Amino acid sequence: MRDIAIVGFSQRQMKEFDGSPTCVELLVPVFADLFEQTGWTKSDIDFWCSGSSDYLAGRSFSFVSAVDAIGALPPVMESHVEMDAAWALYEAWVKIQTGEVDSAIVYGFGKASAGVLRRTMSLQLDPYTVTPLWPDAVSLAGLQARLGLEQGAWDEQAMAEVVARSMTDATTNEWAIRKGETTADDVLAQPVYADPLRRWDCAPVSDGASAMVIAATGKAETAANGAAWITGFQHRIDTIAMNGRDLTASPSTRLAGEAAGTDGVDLAELHAPFSHQELILRSELGLADDVRINPSGGALTANPMFCAGLNRIGEAAQQVWSGNSQRALAHATSGPALQQNLVLTMEARA
Amino acid sequence: MSHTLAAVIGVGQTHHRAKREDVSIAGLLREAVDRALADAQVTFDDIDAVVVGKAPDLFEGVMMPELYLAEALGAAGKPLLRVHTAGSVGGSTSIVAASLVEAGIHERVLTVAFEKQSESNAMWALSVPVPFIMPVHAGAGGYFAPHVRSYIRRSEAPNHIGAIVAAKDRQNALKNPYAHLHNADTTVESVLASQMLWDPIRYDETCPSSDGACALVIASEAAVERSDIKNPAWIHGTQMRSEPTTAAERDQVNPHAGREAAAALWKQAGISSPIDEIDCAEIYVPFSWFEPMWLENLGFAEQGDGWRLTEAGETALDGKIPVNMSGGVLSSNPIGASGMLRFAEASLQVMGEAGEHQVDGARKALGHAYGGGSQFFAMWVVGSDKPR
Amino acid sequence: MAELGTLHAPLKVEFDYTRSLGPTLSEFMSGLRRHQVVGGRLADGTVVVPPPEYDPQTLDPVKDLVPVADEGIVQSWTWVPEPVKGQPLDRPFAWALVLLDGADRPLLHAVAVDSSDAIETGLRVRARWSDEPAGAITDIRWFEPADVASTSSTTASTGSTTEAVDGIISPVHLDYDYAASPEESKFFRGLADGKILGQRCPKCQKVYVPPRGACPVDGVPTTDEVEVADHGTVTTFCIVNVPFLGQKIEPPYVSAYVLLDGADIAFLHLILGVEASEVRMGMRVKAVWKPRDEWGTTIENISHFEPTGEPDADFESYRIHL
Repeated sequence: MRDIAIVGFSQRQMKEFDGSPTCVELLVPVFADLFEQTGWTKSDIDFWCSGSSDYLAGRSFSFVSAVDAIGALPPVMESHVEMDAAWALYEAWVKIQTGEVDSAIVYGFGKASAGVLRRTMSLQLDPYTVTPLWPDAVSLAGLQARLGLEQGAWDEQAMAEVVARSMTDATTNEWAIRKGETTADDVLAQPVYADPLRRWDCAPVSDGASAMVIAATGKAETAANGAAWITGFQHRIDTIAMNGRDLTASPSTRLAGEAAGTDGVDLAELHAPFSHQELILRSELGLADDVRINPSGGALTANPMFCAGLNRIGEAAQQVWSGNSQRALAHATSGPALQQNLVLTMEARA
Repeated sequence: MSHTLAAVIGVGQTHHRAKREDVSIAGLLREAVDRALADAQVTFDDIDAVVVGKAPDLFEGVMMPELYLAEALGAAGKPLLRVHTAGSVGGSTSIVAASLVEAGIHERVLTVAFEKQSESNAMWALSVPVPFIMPVHAGAGGYFAPHVRSYIRRSEAPNHIGAIVAAKDRQNALKNPYAHLHNADTTVESVLASQMLWDPIRYDETCPSSDGACALVIASEAAVERSDIKNPAWIHGTQMRSEPTTAAERDQVNPHAGREAAAALWKQAGISSPIDEIDCAEIYVPFSWFEPMWLENLGFAEQGDGWRLTEAGETALDGKIPVNMSGGVLSSNPIGASGMLRFAEASLQVMGEAGEHQVDGARKALGHAYGGGSQFFAMWVVGSDKPR
Repeated sequence: MAELGTLHAPLKVEFDYTRSLGPTLSEFMSGLRRHQVVGGRLADGTVVVPPPEYDPQTLDPVKDLVPVADEGIVQSWTWVPEPVKGQPLDRPFAWALVLLDGADRPLLHAVAVDSSDAIETGLRVRARWSDEPAGAITDIRWFEPADVASTSSTTASTGSTTEAVDGIISPVHLDYDYAASPEESKFFRGLADGKILGQRCPKCQKVYVPPRGACPVDGVPTTDEVEVADHGTVTTFCIVNVPFLGQKIEPPYVSAYVLLDGADIAFLHLILGVEASEVRMGMRVKAVWKPRDEWGTTIENISHFEPTGEPDADFESYRIHL
């Protein structure tokens, strides 16, 4: 295996982006940030890979125009996944592992505010027996949350503490869209919205784009910004069926975490769009109580679809670059109720 | 850099039809997957990861259908990726699957690509009007027809070249039991007599709209050696290139991205003269005229001369460079799977398993796919022998 | 001057998908049409509703289908204060995982109760069937508490239709708010004033019409505004003879790339005022604007292009634009 490091990251997150669903307007400055951070130019980048969704944009081939932001003449070696860009990062990491390329920029974007997000997400479900009922994404999380509450896997207080910590930490994150000093009591004082969930238990609908640079050893050291070296990179999927798995658990997270190796992790950025899901993830990853969770505020404070997973990796990398973490873990999720999960570990090196 | 050798050890595909009303989406995929697993002499237990490819989700009206399909594809508890690079996706998906093996990450990867076009209507899905823009778009044919006209003008090709391609591919399809179209009566004359749809493209010069799937099992050199597979299709090179849909002075007839991908591919596969060293080629030709256009783009002919190979019969099964032995996209077009079918046919040829459409002695073959506005290219070279 | 926001317009993505089912789902849907819920018995004996098409353990097709009851127990639930379009009820309701009698795993469906106080885990609920079953999951309109549910409608209504259900229609109707990019918005607003405004890329100096959020060669926004002529050259074209769903212009029509004088990229528009068979590459054409009172922020202000009568442009003058 080649040693590969994260050497650049830039993001934009907002409540509503007033621009085109291709998000080209966001990608242009994001790419410019990456070149400034690394001191590199387009010619230093061997491979490009993106993650986005046609259904979020409401049109086929929505990712095609995004290629304009690269400035892709002469042509580029490029690919796209219909997944969160965290999985685009995985494809790029694999490409570098083949030895054919040494560096890559990965990007993701999504303008969820263009549609009714929780309804659009119903289209991910079984198209024969589930989608025709249009169960929305918030409701599926609500079913999961109640199972855990009533089985004693977690309680309201624990969920409220997740929310309070996230919103408080997000006060220092310029890209968070729901933030402020908050206590668990403040959270519990909020009305229940989609019983058993309060609004703050659910990630806000968010728009955004982000991008990351990775490179193999030999190239990575020439980046100006610093390097967070990838030590484990794994992902797994479970059945989509809400009745086909224990919803209070996430076997795919556990498998990915075990394969990636979580020993010695001092910080974790977990992609939990609902407060109780963070509790599931912490348990499945076996994270000790002293592991710092989501210093960025996490997905509960901004969750731009198709880049929020990549953002967790980027936020963790920034903590490694700044010396706040020696060994960090980042996680991304996709599908209803934590169906598909990705775990990446990274470390600082002298 | 050490690079694990990878080979295709199993190929499976569905019987492609306008409407596969006998199966669900999962059932369609499993038909191809089960055949690929059987061909590779493996079971789901032997598979380390699954890579799914398909074109726009609007075709089936399911957002990221791989999530719902994961269990039926035996992917639960395993890694699963979903690739979408427009029409080239079947090719890109194969390449991503191959890279998982070449990187030394997995021993055996299952990859499957599909489209069940009968669930909706591709013309609709590709032509949803964009506000403020002139609604002159008319599906893929409407998009590509002007560029075909440009090719004809630039190359000064005779009018009937497209018809030669269409007649040849439809005749080849008669030898392929999986092909969607089995029109025994198609001749150059009948193609020229068919209705002009998107002038200069005639009805018989267009691809059908199909339901279908294609699957491959790709294994590492070590896994091949431990298996009973004696005739794998070794992967000699893979390339992908992209460029913008529209740009000032962009060459839409002979796109830069295709030329660059081909040049890199030939170099990677150690090929100095493609027309002499490649025994046969499966090229993504959804409209007949793209055969001569891509012959030039790929370097089988000089610019402006691709049609001469076609006209001389050199792209027929017994020609110098047989093209689209399976009948090609012109005879079966489950869009998301169409690229993988090209990659699969190239593999079958060098495995010696192409049945009636086998090119005698084929030992090195090209699989090619493109997508978007002739802007996304994916291609590979496979061989009977290990590379180098 | 205050910066105007981008232009927005509603975008509808609507299709009624036709889904074929295959044997397992066909039997499930056929059961629903008879007001009968069937589950699939897996290799380990577990009965699952709806039946998975493939056994999660063996991955073989699930063929052993068994009837289960249309009533059972709520295992988990969640409240929907603001239903979205297409859901079983358009007033607040609950989703629940309902373990039907005879099944080992729950079914996801709606429960109709007046408030979240009226539902709890362990509640016994019964299916409210549609009077006009179609062979779809929506044949169960929702579940309701068993103590208030009437049992009269639960008998199979349609003895006549014994043919298997082999497909469902699944409407997917989505509403989006489409926004143009800032650069495109300037272009469309220019059209409302009868002007065709391009922009020059600050790097390569090419004039893009419409202007772009990113020059596709250089990856930077186009900037310097350039008004281009409303006449130019047909570079290439096709004649659309094929009708299709959602088409806005009646065929046959000529869809052409028009390279406006002063622009470095052609754009697609309609050619009229000449027989389709007379349209040529290199033909000089001019915009025919709609009456001014019909103008909006759209390229449709230009009704079409028609020949100017000038001599055709020399092939070499537009060859690089093909």
